[in-house]
Amino acid sequence: MSGVSDLSDLSDLPVDVAEMIGRTQYEEAGEFPVERGYVWTSCSSVENGNPLFWDDDVASDVTGGPVAPPTMLSVWFRPHHWAPGRERVAQPLQVHFDLKERFGLPEAVMSDNTITFYEPVRPGDRISTRQVLQSVGEEKTTRLGTGRFWVIDVEYRNQRDELVGVESYTGFGYRRTATT
Amino acid sequence: MTALTLDDVKEGQELPPLSYDVTATTVVLGALATRDWRPMHHDHDFAVHRNGTRDIFLNTPNQAAWFERYLTDWTGPRGRLGRMRFRMKGSVFPGDTMVLSGVVRGVEVDHTGCGWAEVDVALRVAEQTCTECSARIAIPVSPEDNPWARRAERWRP
Repeated sequence: MSGVSDLSDLSDLPVDVAEMIGRTQYEEAGEFPVERGYVWTSCSSVENGNPLFWDDDVASDVTGGPVAPPTMLSVWFRPHHWAPGRERVAQPLQVHFDLKERFGLPEAVMSDNTITFYEPVRPGDRISTRQVLQSVGEEKTTRLGTGRFWVIDVEYRNQRDELVGVESYTGFGYRRTATT
Repeated sequence: MTALTLDDVKEGQELPPLSYDVTATTVVLGALATRDWRPMHHDHDFAVHRNGTRDIFLNTPNQAAWFERYLTDWTGPRGRLGRMRFRMKGSVFPGDTMVLSGVVRGVEVDHTGCGWAEVDVALRVAEQTCTECSARIAIPVSPEDNPWARRAERWRP
């Protein structure tokens, strides 16, 4: 039964890690509002002629006004390359790096990435993100080495606190198997 | 303008392929359009000597934009993406001809009346799969229907 194995997964975890599961962490606001210039640059980069992004009449008919392509979700949160007075660039997926450090796992890979789209993102929106650790598996050995899988959700919300999207990452932090 | 409705979509149906010749400009433009300043997407020397790759390569968020364009070229503007899952297997470099192809894996109308197609899209270079994407995209169930009008409980991506 899945309920039973979930319990044993949790009991195998250090208390501080078990307490991280489901808790909102690293809430941060994007550095600039959603804007159409980037929408056009993005569409242009992949030759996307969807009239939703180029023709205001179509946007008005179909989506009640201009929207950004859903797949631009992460664009609105990426920090400027430089900004005055900034000393440290926020790490996207800080929870991933925290887990690597907590378990002493020097290597990590992302095995898969799912994005789910909710409310449309519109010019002028201010997007913020938060990270939520969803699960951490038992110690496992794969061909890469020995470590743990974990699932981290990055939630994106607009200025009205409406969910606009969730990116879910499965990471595997590991230590290479010693070769003799 | 394409205006696909769910009646036009059948399980097993293949989407028309899209072929594109990737240049260094494609890679750099894609990286900057996604605000990805990491050097392996614009600095050839860094990519070769630090990453050990053949050249600079397309970043993941820009590939997502390519997949979106490919899917909405097929559905038309009323097609609305619900979910995308990616598995990265190889890199796309300048000089490569990338080919996107897609197959409909499932068609359904959910309990709110929203029509969905599940589509597997592959990005290949010379028959090698570089990226696989499973997408769930809402498609109008009739010419009057509009998935973009759905909110909250009526939108189950």
